Amino acid sequence: MDVHEYQAKELLAAHGVAIPPGTIAFSPDQAVYAATELGGSNWVVKAQIHAGARGKAGGVRFCRTYHEVQQAARDMLGKRLVTAQTGPEGKPVQRVYIELADPYEREIYLGYVLDRKLERVRVIASKHGGMEIEEIAKNTPEELLQVIVEPAVGLQPFQARELAFQLGLNLKQVSRAVQTILGAYRAFRDCDATMLEINPLVVTKEDKVLALDAKMSFDDNALFRRRNIVDMNDPSQSDPREAQAAEHNLNYIGLDGEIGCIVNGAGLAMATMDMIKHAGGSPANFLDVGGGASPERVATAFRLVLSDTNVKAVLVNIFAGINRCDWVAQGVVDAVRETNITVPLIVRLAGTNVEAGNKIIAESGIPIITANTLKEAADKAVAATKKAG
Amino acid sequence: MAGSATLAVRREGIMSILIDETTPILVQGITGDKGSFHTKEMLDYGSKVVAGVTPGKGGKSVHGVPVFNTVKEAVKETGATTSLVFVAPPFAADAIMEAADGGIRLICAITDGIPAQDMMRVKRYFMRYPKDRRPMLVGPNCAGIISPGKAMLGIMPGHIYKQGNVGLITRSGTLGYEAATQLKELGVGISTSVGIGGDPINGSSFLDHLVLFDKDPETVAVLIIGEIGGPQEAEASAWIKENFSKPVIGFVAGLTAPKGRRMGHAGAIISSTGDSAAEKTEIMRSYGLTVAPSPSEFGETVAKVLKRA
Repeated sequence: MDVHEYQAKELLAAHGVAIPPGTIAFSPDQAVYAATELGGSNWVVKAQIHAGARGKAGGVRFCRTYHEVQQAARDMLGKRLVTAQTGPEGKPVQRVYIELADPYEREIYLGYVLDRKLERVRVIASKHGGMEIEEIAKNTPEELLQVIVEPAVGLQPFQARELAFQLGLNLKQVSRAVQTILGAYRAFRDCDATMLEINPLVVTKEDKVLALDAKMSFDDNALFRRRNIVDMNDPSQSDPREAQAAEHNLNYIGLDGEIGCIVNGAGLAMATMDMIKHAGGSPANFLDVGGGASPERVATAFRLVLSDTNVKAVLVNIFAGINRCDWVAQGVVDAVRETNITVPLIVRLAGTNVEAGNKIIAESGIPIITANTLKEAADKAVAATKKAG
Repeated sequence: MAGSATLAVRREGIMSILIDETTPILVQGITGDKGSFHTKEMLDYGSKVVAGVTPGKGGKSVHGVPVFNTVKEAVKETGATTSLVFVAPPFAADAIMEAADGGIRLICAITDGIPAQDMMRVKRYFMRYPKDRRPMLVGPNCAGIISPGKAMLGIMPGHIYKQGNVGLITRSGTLGYEAATQLKELGVGISTSVGIGGDPINGSSFLDHLVLFDKDPETVAVLIIGEIGGPQEAEASAWIKENFSKPVIGFVAGLTAPKGRRMGHAGAIISSTGDSAAEKTEIMRSYGLTVAPSPSEFGETVAKVLKRA
């Protein structure tokens, strides 16, 4: 799960990381009021979306008057912002963050990520913040400063100090950077984050160290113990079908192909999509109904897949283990009767009681195309879409 | 206390890796719906389930299997060496560590949804054991282990596996079933099938099991089926080229998987290369593995390789 910049900053601030004063606003008038409350004479208005690279896309604007603040908020709110990280459809802007924009001297990069290979948290820092960080990682990775956290004891002050000195900070700045580096680690650990990025972390003339932008992603498996994070969820930032799927504990990812897929197990789901491509077609989605493939879940899956108007055929591939094929087949038949499916439906069942399952489908009277193997299913699905034109 | 070395090379002759019909199994979370159901399935298959653990339910029995409050007690009373974990996600990491501390040396975790930081702690906890005595963890979020005709430690439908000489290692449960079915269809059997699970931080890797298959006289070839994400397939392929004496057939699912949408740069910095299915497939090829051209050709590809060998 992802959160907005202002939410990540709230979490960071609660763990001792210094941030510039700022307020969230849902309307242009609120934005102006926020600016008057904050005081000062320079503000930045930032579109709140679950993606980065907002600056170059017009989602970050510096303002010198209340009128400019109002205009910036008006230009952003209610629009979709397309950045290098959102995909072509962009993300809706429903909130803007108004922040005091005081001048600063330096931009630094600070990131935390769960490293799958090391099975530890890796802290990455760079003297150069901003958008160039990926270029540095690619071209001169030796310039990245890195620290690995020992999970038994957590990030130690000496490790933060080493990073701070390597960043070339003065003594006053070092002690503040250490507080930031340790605080951000605690926020990462205590919120079950999988990614935390402060880019840029800025240093001011007064030697202040401030998190100017922040992003956080969280481990979905740990949300059961992080109610405060769940409360930050903004469903407007997810694809509506993906959000609906998540509500039913289904794993759905929309794609731009024509063959809707309903499969049990993530690996088999990916393999089914690969097989469709191999047969000359294109998958409309990834959908894992889970190991069980209960009738209710299959019915929900049908509704989701069919709500995509690009879908010209639906391929169901269920490998039944404990849940026998006859039970799964009955679920498919019931779901089809309930959803009024109008596109060709190809069903491949395998595993326990497969004959009984296929018999239920054959005797249902519904025009379902059955297949015995993965290849046959993919070939028949592709042929069906070709025929549908 | 059995070490992992003795697990690998147990008895001359009718050996398989990790488990057989004499392996005394403990089921953690045996009194839950899933734990109870699969205990019955395993008993019917011929697995030797000797104990169950559910804190607070000690003294009961499930399908004739005695239930204990703690792993230590269960091990002391029954001599269990291997455990299967069905404990719910919030408590699963704790259960895995309890098994390790109780002297269990092969722990297979079925539980799906364990927080990554919990798994990080589990992996760190295992470091307290010297390498030759470190427990083997399979999973979490996996289908388990089966040595067809001998024993089943997991949730798979046992009847789809034919006994034979091909080792199978997969991340995905159902894609593993698909492979087993294709093999059986062509009359090819399996020595042992291991599901290592799809979580970002998991227990044993492809490599850990390849080491065991290398020493297993019953296994003549190995099929490994990976997925997008993570370094395990590449790491295993490099090792195979240098050390593995038997033919290996590989596949990586997810060629058509959408690129993960991103928040910021941190993920891209650490995983800039080698994560996609296309890259991993190429890595497998470059290290001499025979790559199955599509997920419907696991069986044919393995059969072809066996014929050549």
